[in-house]
Amino acid sequence: MLEIKNLHVKVAGKEILKGIDLSINPGEVHAIMGPNGSGKTTLAQVLAGRLAYEVTGGSVRLDGKDLLAMKPEDRAREGVFIAFQYPVEIPGVSNAYFLKAALNAIRKYRGLEEIDAMDFVSLVQDKAKLLGLDETFMKRGLNEGFSGGEKKKNEVFQMAVLEPKVCILDETDSGLDIDALRLVANGINVMRSPKRSMLVVTHYQRLLDYVAPDFVHVLVDGRIVKSGDADLARNLEKHGYGWIVEEAPRTQAATT
Amino acid sequence: MAVSLDAKQTYAAEFTSSAKELGGPPWLREIRKTAIGRFETLGFPTQKHEDWKYTNLAAILKVPFKPAILGRPDGVVAEKLEPFTFGVLKASRFVFVNGRYSPRLSYLRPLPEGVRVASVAEMLRSDPGAIKKHLTRYARFEDDSFVALNTAFFLDGAYVEVPRNTVVEEPIHLLFVSTSKDLPIVSHPRNLIVLGAASQATVIETYAGWAPDVTFANAVTEVPVGPAAVLDHYKIQREAETAFHIATMTVHQNRNASAAFHSMSFGGAMVRNSVNTLFREEGGSLTLNGLFMPAKTQQIDNYTRIDHNAPACTSIELYRGILGGKSRGVFNGNIWVRKDAQKTVARQTNKNLLLSKEAFVDSTPGLEILADDVKCSHASTIGQLDEGAIFYLRSRGIDEEAARNVLTYAFAADVVNQVKVAPIRIKLDQLILSRLTKASTIEENL
Repeated sequence: MLEIKNLHVKVAGKEILKGIDLSINPGEVHAIMGPNGSGKTTLAQVLAGRLAYEVTGGSVRLDGKDLLAMKPEDRAREGVFIAFQYPVEIPGVSNAYFLKAALNAIRKYRGLEEIDAMDFVSLVQDKAKLLGLDETFMKRGLNEGFSGGEKKKNEVFQMAVLEPKVCILDETDSGLDIDALRLVANGINVMRSPKRSMLVVTHYQRLLDYVAPDFVHVLVDGRIVKSGDADLARNLEKHGYGWIVEEAPRTQAATT
Repeated sequence: MAVSLDAKQTYAAEFTSSAKELGGPPWLREIRKTAIGRFETLGFPTQKHEDWKYTNLAAILKVPFKPAILGRPDGVVAEKLEPFTFGVLKASRFVFVNGRYSPRLSYLRPLPEGVRVASVAEMLRSDPGAIKKHLTRYARFEDDSFVALNTAFFLDGAYVEVPRNTVVEEPIHLLFVSTSKDLPIVSHPRNLIVLGAASQATVIETYAGWAPDVTFANAVTEVPVGPAAVLDHYKIQREAETAFHIATMTVHQNRNASAAFHSMSFGGAMVRNSVNTLFREEGGSLTLNGLFMPAKTQQIDNYTRIDHNAPACTSIELYRGILGGKSRGVFNGNIWVRKDAQKTVARQTNKNLLLSKEAFVDSTPGLEILADDVKCSHASTIGQLDEGAIFYLRSRGIDEEAARNVLTYAFAADVVNQVKVAPIRIKLDQLILSRLTKASTIEENL
């Protein structure tokens, strides 16, 4: 479904991603782990279409279509959703308005009618319950005055309402207490489906205790240096990134 | 300078030739004479004048405006006023065409006993004693050319009087239409809103007109707010983009009086909104809530002066500007806290959003504090739309133009949400949306 090939990305003239290869099939959950500064967030941002991230080589295909050629809004309409690490606050735009506008923009792109007002309300109520968000939340300004945890819940909540094909979660577990982590993980797990792909970007193992990945990749200095199954994540939790970072140049040497 | 001198002489000459039509009781004629004399001394303000430094009046002064008496304001029918009303809002409507009361277009709904909504001209004929107590007592012309001109030339305006302990539930809508079929027309509406002790009222002033009419409205509104009275006032500027507009509002608040003035400016080629308020006695509260949204080559200048001349009064001022095209905007805010005005709370905020590289705004917040036990703050910002916010909306499927529009709309929300009367708030929402390019995508998701 999502096919990343030899992806090179520069930020402010500096190469951050140095050739990423990653293929995610429908129904699979992949985790990308790595130390700070390894390029995890850059990968999420470049998939979202952030301008400051310059693709200098490689390709990303979504069901065969060139994702990198698409505007950010078209990526969303094609079914890519990024749960951001730091969602912005937009006072004056209510969560309800925002979500309805987004949902209708996506539906329109797919040739569907606008959602009926009553259907929208019941859809939103169902998904909000899933994440333990109360009803007043929809009337508040978008992420306005939200705690870190509420923002993360809101990202997963939006994802649940918009039902994307590919979910990319960037450090969604950071800043969550254990109860919030459980709710967020539950929200993610409910969305797992044979038709949907997920990419979970995280520094720590703890989200992966709840959202079991099919594959784990370790990103170091802009390259995937090791791939494995869920055991790899547990190993990292126990031993840290040090051993992989030391091993990395050798791995790299072996592949080049 | 030459233009300003010519214009000055023209107005002075017109005063002499139209003294008869202007009329009024002898005391008023005396005041008019003093006012035109003062105007001749002052002349029109130039940009050297501190209060006028951001607005060049040349565009107004070079148009040979004729007094409203000479114009032919026919053709204004009720249907043409419909766009300037507020949908389902139940309100008495008092209409003035080029500064003169139009009974044909006006109607009053039932009002509580003792409430008077009348034309100033009619009051001067039928009950000059009642109006003499207040008329020209608040808006000083000694140092203001436009107030002086208005005082010399006004023919009519709205008189609203709410007696003590009386609550007027329904808003009173004063609608001022400027129109001219052939000559450029100047009118000088003069309004007086008198709130008795512990009374309550909502008054809307709308200024309206249609392109390509070239008009100039020089309005003055005087507002004495009695002890513990509550006033909610709206001034909505919706004249044509060919219209000139200078309005001065002077407010005096007595003990524990509470007043809110909402200034919403959309229309006009060149607009100046001047709001002067005075706390005469302690315990008053004041809200100044403003939105100005010029586009193309419009200029909208907001001057506010809040005079804390008594202890324990609170003023909260929030003005927001949204400027597009090659428009210009001004926020010039002045707060005075006098020596004896202890326990004053004064907050002043002006935020501006520039939608184009060619739009320009001058923002000068100002506080002069002579008392020592006060809580005062002021802040001013000028910026563009937040690219991070635009990206966030786009990343959820909303296209860029719609994202920019919804963020612009949201920028006005703080001001619009202060409007308590729902039909007015809805109307303002519509007016803001109508100035955005992809308004329909916003509306269908509201």
